[in-house]
Amino acid sequence: MKLIFERGAEGRGLSLLPENDVPAYEIQSPKRAAAPRLPQVSETELSRHYTELEKQCFGVNDGFYPLGSCTMKYNPKVDEDAAALKGFTGIHPLQPEDTVQGCREVTDTLERYLCEITGMDAITLQPAAGAHGEFTGLLTIKAYHHAKNDPGRTKIIVPDSAHGTNPASAAMAGFQVVSIDSDENGCVDLDALRAAVGEDTAGLMLTNPNTVGLFDPNIAEITGIVHQAGGLCYYDGANLNAIAGVARPGDMGFDVVHLNLHKSFAAPHGGGGPGAGPVGCKEFLKEYLPKHMKAFYGNFLVAVKSLTYLLMLGREGVPEIGKNAVLNANYMKKKLSAAYDMAYDHTCMHEFVMTLSKLKKETGVSALDVAKGMIDHGIHPPTMYFPLIVDEALMIEPTETEPREVLDHACEVLLELAKKAETDPEYLHGAPHDRPIGRPDEVAAARKPVLRYSFGEK
Amino acid sequence: MGSFIPNTKAEQEEMLKAAGFESFDELFADIPEDMRLKTPLDIPGGMSEMEAAGKMEEMAGKNKVFRTILRGAGAYDHYIPSIVKSITGKETFVTAYTPYQAEISQGILQSIFEYQTMMCELTGMDVSDASVYDGATAAAEALTMCRDRKRTVALVSATTDPKIIEVMKEYCFGSGCEIRVVPEKFGQTDKDKLREMLTDDVASFLVQQPNYYGLIEDAESLGEMVHEAKAKYIMSCNPVSLAILKTPGECGADVAVGEGQSLGMPLAYGGPYLGFMTATQKMMRQLPGRIIGETTDHDGRKAYVLTLQAREQHIRREKASSNICSNQALCAMTAAAYLSAVGADGFRKVAEQCVSKAHYLRDGLDEAGMMPTFGGEFFHEFVMTCPGGQKQVDTVLKALEEQDILGGLPLGSGRILWCATEKNTRAELDKAIGIVKEVLEGGASR
Repeated sequence: MKLIFERGAEGRGLSLLPENDVPAYEIQSPKRAAAPRLPQVSETELSRHYTELEKQCFGVNDGFYPLGSCTMKYNPKVDEDAAALKGFTGIHPLQPEDTVQGCREVTDTLERYLCEITGMDAITLQPAAGAHGEFTGLLTIKAYHHAKNDPGRTKIIVPDSAHGTNPASAAMAGFQVVSIDSDENGCVDLDALRAAVGEDTAGLMLTNPNTVGLFDPNIAEITGIVHQAGGLCYYDGANLNAIAGVARPGDMGFDVVHLNLHKSFAAPHGGGGPGAGPVGCKEFLKEYLPKHMKAFYGNFLVAVKSLTYLLMLGREGVPEIGKNAVLNANYMKKKLSAAYDMAYDHTCMHEFVMTLSKLKKETGVSALDVAKGMIDHGIHPPTMYFPLIVDEALMIEPTETEPREVLDHACEVLLELAKKAETDPEYLHGAPHDRPIGRPDEVAAARKPVLRYSFGEK
Repeated sequence: MGSFIPNTKAEQEEMLKAAGFESFDELFADIPEDMRLKTPLDIPGGMSEMEAAGKMEEMAGKNKVFRTILRGAGAYDHYIPSIVKSITGKETFVTAYTPYQAEISQGILQSIFEYQTMMCELTGMDVSDASVYDGATAAAEALTMCRDRKRTVALVSATTDPKIIEVMKEYCFGSGCEIRVVPEKFGQTDKDKLREMLTDDVASFLVQQPNYYGLIEDAESLGEMVHEAKAKYIMSCNPVSLAILKTPGECGADVAVGEGQSLGMPLAYGGPYLGFMTATQKMMRQLPGRIIGETTDHDGRKAYVLTLQAREQHIRREKASSNICSNQALCAMTAAAYLSAVGADGFRKVAEQCVSKAHYLRDGLDEAGMMPTFGGEFFHEFVMTCPGGQKQVDTVLKALEEQDILGGLPLGSGRILWCATEKNTRAELDKAIGIVKEVLEGGASR
């Protein structure tokens, strides 16, 4: 479809501002040689342009979105209404304290809820996303060791099943990353952990449930080993949805956690942000939380959305998240076991990982083919090829906000695709079939990057 | 209690059985018994939607929304066209994930491609990423782009927003980069000091344009000095100023960053905002974050995809150019929708009105008895000193507040940083000037 630059015509535009009612001042400092080439479109064209773009997207409101590790639950509309209140949107971040008491009540209340849900003592709402939270938490750990006159603790242990952000955040915080292998159950190999810890251990980063969707039953021992060695334990809250209201990272021995408000706490993802990645810690680390991870106080309106959600759920509602997220995942896993190999045949938490390695060997149909085949049935594909320790992986996270029929339908589709792989693999290699584009050439995109419109120039 | 769980208790029981479990407890068998919560969470009971909405309205009502805002300092009160809110409120844009699946994400991918184009146009740079968290983190990420093994010092002008410098310091505590602040002279970067400080361990120098005090820096000659010393030149720009001022590209910048909030985002107590980052072609592969590229599908149809992913955390892990995963995609779309709504002509008018109104306010305050703190040309912010010192600052701001006006930001030592935008009418400015005059005259006679 046309780019916005290819629409409209010279001289078109909207009527937005009144005439300037003060004497015009002309800047004397050096000016740009030519005006930026911005669109010249009417409101009609602009409105239709984006409506057309919207039709070529897929949101949670469009259908099932079992994107593992991303917790694509339903985003309540009342949260959006709250975040649109003029009493929040119209507040300058540097207003006098006595004029922002409502904002402070929002942040204080949310902090209290999140502390209780995670078992932590203090929370900062500054981080703008999960990875930003990881970085914040790791700087907290670094500051702690430095304050304890122990700057030789330079290593962060990360399981090989971890999200890519974990090692990347550790590197950004100036740590050396020590990757340890998982055991045959996809959990932390205790011997490998014991061998890895030492006087240079700053901490361990762990997701629990882990990225294969299992709760690591040795968690007390794991955090014990790290603490024994003088390290701290960091909880990656990407998978908190499984245990919300059922168990708390703070009770498992974790010292620092980050949460994703845009996952567990129903704030929408916005096509890739803005999210929010609050960081919580135990009392003894409170003074080491960085104070300036962002210019102001974090993605405040995202906090407003999650608080509205939590106000509604409350004490009784929060445990229902974990229970139903785990139920829905196990329900799907059971049905899909009829045709797909599970990477780990064990009760899963909020998500599970299938390995299509055998299917690929037998039919040539890959995890990618099956994922793209789902698109033809109106379902967003699961997370593909992650975690890296599982061959031909598809990671499915249904979340708690899906009705049973939706789960049933998705299972039927997947079972049908498994059959299709036997009978007509070519069809799946070509999926999806009914979209504005087929599979894009990503290699060409990276080899000769075209990253902006050229306005007809070379 | 409110709930967003569709399945009834009876359905849940049936599903449990179907999945092969007797009870919910059995589902959580892997969680050690002593780690399971035995008592309910210590938070209030749940509410209906009506009650929760009421509670949030009550909180919002405890904030004061000023009718007139004459404060900037990193967050600016601009007019937001209605069409912008309509576009970015579209449900599918709001609820979609990062566009990993190109076949069902062309809309978001194209909108970001358009955003990247517009940011290149504004800054005069070659390439743009798809956004980072805010202007301050953009500045901090830019330092990382520029450092290498030999050059590990980052210079930053003292005329930069102190909040940005603080964020840069936090990031550098992580990376081990050293920050050195280049002193200011009369509110602008001290060029002589900069020349002295450009030693061969310096990786980059960052200047803010217009600077924290609103003054327009001699950005081109600063860039020349930096390049003579073989360091990288980073400009942190207010995007509205780019409608008029020489672009970072024209000033020789290697990286241009900034806070994009002015492009259609509300003040919102500081976020979500938009960090933009653009760079020269040469620096393309050092850019952090998502980047959208154009390609074709197997039938030769034009398509957009996430590209240059070899820089990113999910591929490179600890060797990635940054850890960023979620960014501010919807805010980037907001900026693109805003720039499309105002258009080239409208964008220049917004900037011209900001400049004109700021100068009108400055002249009025000057006449009212406040003293300009610095010489030099400013854009839409400026600093003035209260003749009666710091005590008078509070009186001035309080008097304005009583008349529903948020005055400038106190900077200490009797100084106030003022800002005007296209939203401020002449009548509003006259009213503010009148109040200040009254306070200053009253103060003098007392």
